[in-house]
Amino acid sequence: MSTRAPTQRFRLALVHLALIAYALISVLPVLVVVMNSFKTRRAIFNAPLEPPLPSTASLAGYRTVITQSDFLLYFQNSLVVTIGSLFFVLLFGAMAAFALSEYRFKLNTFLGLFLALGIMVPIRLGTVAILQMMVSAGLVNTLTALVLVYTAQGLPLAVFILSEFMRNVSDDLKNAGRIDGLSEYRIFFVLVLPLVRPALATVAVFTMIPIWNDLWFPLILAPGESTKTVTLGAQIFLGQFVTNWEAVLSALSLAILPILVLYLLFSRQLIRGITAGAVK
Amino acid sequence: MHSLKLTRIVKTFGQVEVLKGVDLEVETGEFVVFVGPSGCGKSTLMRIIAGLETQTSGTVEIGGRNVDATVPARRGIAMVFQSYALYPHLTVAGNMTLALKEDGVPKAEREARVEKAAGLLQLSPLLKRRPAELSGGQRQRVAIGRAIVREPTLFLFDEPLSNLDAALRVATRLEIAKLHRTLGATMIYVTHDQIEAMTLADRIVVLNGGTVQQVGRPIDLYNRPDNLFVAGFIGSPKMNFLTKRFAEEAGAATLGVRPEHLKVDPAGAWAGTVRHAEHLGSDTYLYVVLEDGQEVTVRIPEETPIAVDDAVRLSPLPGRLHRFGADGLALRAA
Ligand SMILES: Nc1ncnc2c1ncn2[C@@H]1O[C@H](COP(=O)(O)OP(=O)(O)O)[C@@H](O)[C@H]1O
Ligand SMILES: [Mg+2]
Repeated sequence: MSTRAPTQRFRLALVHLALIAYALISVLPVLVVVMNSFKTRRAIFNAPLEPPLPSTASLAGYRTVITQSDFLLYFQNSLVVTIGSLFFVLLFGAMAAFALSEYRFKLNTFLGLFLALGIMVPIRLGTVAILQMMVSAGLVNTLTALVLVYTAQGLPLAVFILSEFMRNVSDDLKNAGRIDGLSEYRIFFVLVLPLVRPALATVAVFTMIPIWNDLWFPLILAPGESTKTVTLGAQIFLGQFVTNWEAVLSALSLAILPILVLYLLFSRQLIRGITAGAVK
Repeated sequence: MHSLKLTRIVKTFGQVEVLKGVDLEVETGEFVVFVGPSGCGKSTLMRIIAGLETQTSGTVEIGGRNVDATVPARRGIAMVFQSYALYPHLTVAGNMTLALKEDGVPKAEREARVEKAAGLLQLSPLLKRRPAELSGGQRQRVAIGRAIVREPTLFLFDEPLSNLDAALRVATRLEIAKLHRTLGATMIYVTHDQIEAMTLADRIVVLNGGTVQQVGRPIDLYNRPDNLFVAGFIGSPKMNFLTKRFAEEAGAATLGVRPEHLKVDPAGAWAGTVRHAEHLGSDTYLYVVLEDGQEVTVRIPEETPIAVDDAVRLSPLPGRLHRFGADGLALRAA
């Protein structure tokens, strides 16, 4: 390969510089949180940007989190809610998207627009009505309530993105399946879904992060001890008068882990989907 | 017995009438080619035959049985698609046996059929591969193999060669012709390429704008086109159409004569000037502007010293003129 022209190399350097700066800006706060979670309270306030030194290192925060609260349960709740909602969003989103992109029926366009409307209208506007509904349904303080709400919240974007992708799946492939006697369900699950895997991964990432981080609906719909999620659970260390900072930071650091694992899982799928590609 | 019978097939998409009443009968063992320009409704007609699309009105019979209410898998058809449409997650063998499995054909029988088809198409060494690991030509053969193992009443091919390069296209064309002879099966083949149609078909159905223009043996379409569209569509280079003086003298609105039926002849009745010449070795195409400004193509089956700007006289071969009325239909001596 010939060496690149200097101007081009310069431009490339600028692009990298911008990206590195952006990466630092995004990662630094997380790094500070994680770093300080391993320090004593005094050290946190004295030198917040210093990494934990032998003299300042402490696991007190983690000890508090594990002993003074039911953190494992909160974790489990968060995972159940996030994975459950994710499953339903992907399943129903993909099914609706398939119907919208594959079948011609009356009101098809209207239905597509109606489903996409939810992208623009925040679901929190309906909080009061949702709470009333959950109360009458007897679902307050259950994880089911959260899964239902988050499924509704995630569906519009999922339907929108997935139906765009599904329109690009070859008609011939689906028709070949029909001629070979596959049911519409088999065509959907066996032929179409694997081909839109990159889109599913994208939707999964965009869906799960707001769910995991949400404080609003857990606080309103499921504040009970047995249904608390991690974000809500971490609040007990934030007092009106005293805040147990090392515990808060430890709780937050722990909360990053599962979502990081999920993210890595999906992004690998995402890349594999892109590189494997579909066979025409 | 008819393998396929279409009666007054009409198809509309919204306000647009794509097929305007198509009638057709295909005999068992026949190779019928649908040919026509892009967008004329060939694929739509094919999908209606396959049951992938429902006709707005009209009936489809396959093997003497009305299949209007029959799902594609039960119509006794197999289809080869332009984009091959192989299942990416299955091996070649898996692709070929999926339909048989759905149909409950026993394993031994399935394997025998795959072996036979693979032998016919030289696919045996590829059976364990996945579609992603095959070349375009190989994928096309797998798609054909997948159709063969089903042993259908009717084979449907929708532009199966248009994704292949020129050399492979000719080779695969020969292979399909051979396959038709070997299997003796009824085949319907869609193409927009009139050469493919001429070389493969027992009978050609020329479609344009959703209507059947003419049905007949390739050579009959060439010799006796029913209308201007068929005359212009079949044959390469295109038939010359002359109007004004030339047509009037013959008592027609349009006079058609094929490039290969014009001769350079010092005693010819038509005078003109060569505007451009293409030398292909086997043939020479002369583009000649006649006295009144109309242009004709002349095909000479050899090299010729005639050059651009030369004055030439042309004479049409006797009995090779096609006369068309003002409505575009052929005028024939009663
Ligand atoms: N699903 C559809 N909805 C609306 N119009 C369609 C649809 N399928 C085909 N058409 C129209 O029908 C006409 C014929 O299409 P097609 O049968 O694919 O043509 P061909 O195969 O001869 O090129 C085209 O004008 C096309 O735009
Ligand atoms: Mg077509």
